[in-house]
Amino acid sequence: MDRTSGSLVRSHCVGTTAVVYASDYLNKLTGEKIERECRRQLDCGCRALVIDFSDTKLVNSIGISILLGIIDVAEKSGAKIAFSDVNNQTVQLFEMLGLTRHVVLAKDEREALLTLSGFETIPIVH
Amino acid sequence: MEPSTQKLIHTFGALADLGQEIAGRGDFTEMVRTSMHLLLGTLALRRGAVAECIDEDKLRCVALWGVGEQTFTELSLTGAEKQEFLIGEVTEFLISNDATANLFINRHRPFLQQQEIELVLPMIVRDEVTGLVLLGRKASGEEFLSDDFETIRAMVRHIGVGIHTHRLLEQVAQRAEENRRLYEELRTIYKATVRAFAAAIDIKDKYTQGHSERVGRYSEIIAREMGWSEDEVEGIQIAGYLHDVGKLVVDRDIINAPYNINAKESNELNRHPSAGYEILAPINHPYADIPLMAKYHHERLDGRGYPDGLRDEQIPLGAKIVSLADSFDAMTTDRPYRRRRSFEDVVRDLRENSGKQFDGKVVAAFARAILKEVSGVTKERRITKMLAKDYLQGENVPTLLSDLIADLTNLTGAESGVQSYK
Repeated sequence: MDRTSGSLVRSHCVGTTAVVYASDYLNKLTGEKIERECRRQLDCGCRALVIDFSDTKLVNSIGISILLGIIDVAEKSGAKIAFSDVNNQTVQLFEMLGLTRHVVLAKDEREALLTLSGFETIPIVH
Repeated sequence: MEPSTQKLIHTFGALADLGQEIAGRGDFTEMVRTSMHLLLGTLALRRGAVAECIDEDKLRCVALWGVGEQTFTELSLTGAEKQEFLIGEVTEFLISNDATANLFINRHRPFLQQQEIELVLPMIVRDEVTGLVLLGRKASGEEFLSDDFETIRAMVRHIGVGIHTHRLLEQVAQRAEENRRLYEELRTIYKATVRAFAAAIDIKDKYTQGHSERVGRYSEIIAREMGWSEDEVEGIQIAGYLHDVGKLVVDRDIINAPYNINAKESNELNRHPSAGYEILAPINHPYADIPLMAKYHHERLDGRGYPDGLRDEQIPLGAKIVSLADSFDAMTTDRPYRRRRSFEDVVRDLRENSGKQFDGKVVAAFARAILKEVSGVTKERRITKMLAKDYLQGENVPTLLSDLIADLTNLTGAESGVQSYK
């Protein structure tokens, strides 16, 4: 978990895949925390990232830019990346801006993990 | 929602955030970094950088995203290239293989291509190139559209103005700081000059060396105890140093007379407050009413003082403070015609003359300041050090002071309220 700047970013690992949970509003403050946590997980050896948007209602421009940065870092380190549980409005935004060309969109966290790992059954640890 | 509507809403949101960011008073680098993120996020550009012009040809990277940090050590912007950006009708330059694109791009093309930069825009504010914005391709892989350029231009203009404004504010703050430092230096020089002047005044009177310096310090201590502001406290300290400046025009033999002077000599000596006022009045002091404090430091509350025989409220509070400091020093130091008085005797004098010669509230404040030292409430020994060794060592000193304070509080309702001498 990222404990910088006061509040925490929830995350956990399933094998070599890290699941990082975005907050209700993905802006500069929360985006930077997610970015730090993703970088930390990649530095720790994770080979795939799931960013879960189940709590996320809104993503602003800075949030988009930071997500692109995370995609860039993941690509450079050879890691796969998936976004899970993204609401319709945000999916439209990601599609319009072309983010969906670089990430897998999954219905939920389980589907994202399955897609990334190819496992049939994944034990989810919270 | 239609994609075009969604794009419009997304862009409007970014422009609103950008305006707020640029208008803020936050950290400069953070402002540029956030602005750059807003620009990149609006069109989902994968990389970008903002650089400002420094010195002659140099570019300094303020923010970058997805671009190697070494980028800006490789880049420079010459005068001719700036000129080309200024006179050109084109506001953005695509990195293509077109050799005629632009001097800057032609010089840096291989490097910019290596960094996957697709677009270069100068930030121009008031006919001056303040920096460059470098942008990578869109995450969608699509070409830039004409409305993309409109958005980018608008946002780059905003960022340019933001950088320019921040730099201007920085310059203003820097100049204000320089002025403050100069002012502090002037104040220090002024104070040093005044103290030297005070020493010169005291040299004329061989029996009262250090008197003006002590009166300045006592006055400062009393004013501080009464809750005056630091500026006012400094002012009254200066007034204390200079209160006897008028003695410079009094015959040295009268000042140094080792006997009780006669009426004529007394009149001559009593000229010194008015003479002091005349010396000090033409000077533009950085503190208020210093000439008046010198003029009225021999006035009494009962109207029997000089030069004008003012009564209580007519006398500026600052002059009342200097008057007490002056008398206290006179009573507690040896003079040619008498020894200093015991502290008990001094306290008796202060009690008897409160409301006649001295203001009871001023006396009470001074007594509180002395009591704080002798009772160890404060570790400072400023008053003790100015007095003869062991002068305040008597066991009864704290009681004398406490009783005096209590009596004056009952008599005048004395308290350490803030009162301005202005």
